[in-house]
Amino acid sequence: MTALLESESLTKRFGGIAALDSCSISVAEGNITALIGPNGSGKTTLFNLVTGYLPADSGSIAFAGRSVRRPHPASLYRMGLCRTFQQPRVFSNLTVIENMAAAILQPWGSLLRSRVRSSDRSRALEVLDDFGLTRLADAPAGTLSFGQRKLLEFATVLMGRPRIILLDEPTSGVNPVMIEIMERHIRELHQQGLAFLIVEHDMHVVMRLCDPVIVLDHGAKIAEGAPAAVQSDPTVLDAYLGA
Amino acid sequence: MKRVTPAGLARGAAVTAAGLAFPLLVTAPYLMTIAIFTVMYAALATSWNLLGGFSGYLSLGHAAFFGVGAYAEAIVFTHIGIGGGYRPFAMVPLIGLGVAVAAIPIAIVFLRVRGATFAIVTISLLFIVQLLAFNLRSLTNGAQGMSMAIPPFPVATYERPFYYAMLAVFLGSVLCCWIVSTGKLGLMLFAIRDDEDRAHGLGIRVTAAKVIAFCVSAGLFAMPGAIWAYYEGFIYPQFAVDPLVTIGAVLMAFLGGRGTIWGPMLGALILVPAQQYLAYSQGASQLYLIGYSAVFLVIMLLMPRGIIPSLRDLAVSHNPFDRPAGNGESKPSTSGVSP
Repeated sequence: MTALLESESLTKRFGGIAALDSCSISVAEGNITALIGPNGSGKTTLFNLVTGYLPADSGSIAFAGRSVRRPHPASLYRMGLCRTFQQPRVFSNLTVIENMAAAILQPWGSLLRSRVRSSDRSRALEVLDDFGLTRLADAPAGTLSFGQRKLLEFATVLMGRPRIILLDEPTSGVNPVMIEIMERHIRELHQQGLAFLIVEHDMHVVMRLCDPVIVLDHGAKIAEGAPAAVQSDPTVLDAYLGA
Repeated sequence: MKRVTPAGLARGAAVTAAGLAFPLLVTAPYLMTIAIFTVMYAALATSWNLLGGFSGYLSLGHAAFFGVGAYAEAIVFTHIGIGGGYRPFAMVPLIGLGVAVAAIPIAIVFLRVRGATFAIVTISLLFIVQLLAFNLRSLTNGAQGMSMAIPPFPVATYERPFYYAMLAVFLGSVLCCWIVSTGKLGLMLFAIRDDEDRAHGLGIRVTAAKVIAFCVSAGLFAMPGAIWAYYEGFIYPQFAVDPLVTIGAVLMAFLGGRGTIWGPMLGALILVPAQQYLAYSQGASQLYLIGYSAVFLVIMLLMPRGIIPSLRDLAVSHNPFDRPAGNGESKPSTSGVSP
């Protein structure tokens, strides 16, 4: 399978601390890849570098076979690379439907057109319906619960017609029912050909959903492979348990 | 979402009708002067709101554009000789357009920073323009100021042309704000105000939206300056490029409700007459300044988000059928646009 997203020798230092140290990973087209590791291992930093939220000190990133020299979140989104955050980030003062409409890529000529055109609304409602958020369509996003915001953030990135979605701890802080909903959506979208790179601490979710699994520790990749193999890898056990 | 609602249309028609009828009903010159300044500040606060209210970029240097508008009018009058009477009014839209275009490079540079840094950078613009007004003597006459001939309007209705010119600029500013806020550009600006980094991550053309808002806001802010210069007849750098002009506009937008269409006008309607009345009745003791700030503080304490958003929240909390369908764990929130 061809690589959709690749990072080569990415390094990022914050003062004297190397959050990422020459880290290379590859996410294949159509795969659900997990990125795991102990706290502070560099998972979110890697997310921030490959999505253009932080500049790398060195290394390179390639997306869909093209080298991305100066990664920027907006241009990557337009190319089909989207992400969610550990703490869901929604536009609190906009309604749910406006959050969805804001994520639809618009041509220059549409700047003065209506905020939410009927075509955008119907497309957004379709996605919201899948996520069970239709009844909240006209509620301000700031009034949603934590779990609902997670779902909305996930639903929002689907409006950009992504090729890969980077999910940062999609199930953290949400109830088991919501976890089930989240898993179902990831599976369904995966079946439609979407790739995922998921940072997750819940190993049950990782084992159920992901293959392969990439393990980071101290900013470097220490293991990669099938979930079962990684789970029994002594280096991984050592990183997690400190044994 | 419908752009034109019956309620919105009614509000627009009522404000326009009241604005047009005012000089026909009130003829006392001092009241007309207060009305001119009220409408001027309503226009300034509304145009500031397009940037500061919609995108959350709090510019404290917009008085620079007011000053540029004033000097542009005086320079066109003095150096080009466009003539008196109603002709200087014809220059106002051109001055607005020119300032909007000239603001493009300024916007590109200034909008690279956010929050408090942006506010401080914009203050520097204000002082740069003031220094230029003092020092480009061949163009501006420096500290001696510039004068424009008194127009030959009838004494009994002398203020009317200035009032109606200010009103036209104000209504134009409201129209611009309405077009922006009910359109995609408004959606982009409100998204930027909420979370700019997230807006980048959703492919929103953040820089373009901010630059457009900045330039339109600057152009609109310059136009009342041009009319003001003609009305005053004399302009000096320290009054034409006066930090108090921005501060007044910002306070009015905050008071009425920034990010709303009519909030800045409401703020101007309260603060300008209050300021004039208190200055008139308490002027000798300077106590009016305390009264003026007390009015502002009381309203901001009771309605920290401004009058219109607070009243809307109050209306929603008293109407059980109009509550958001969420679980209600967060504070009531406004959708970006409102009356």
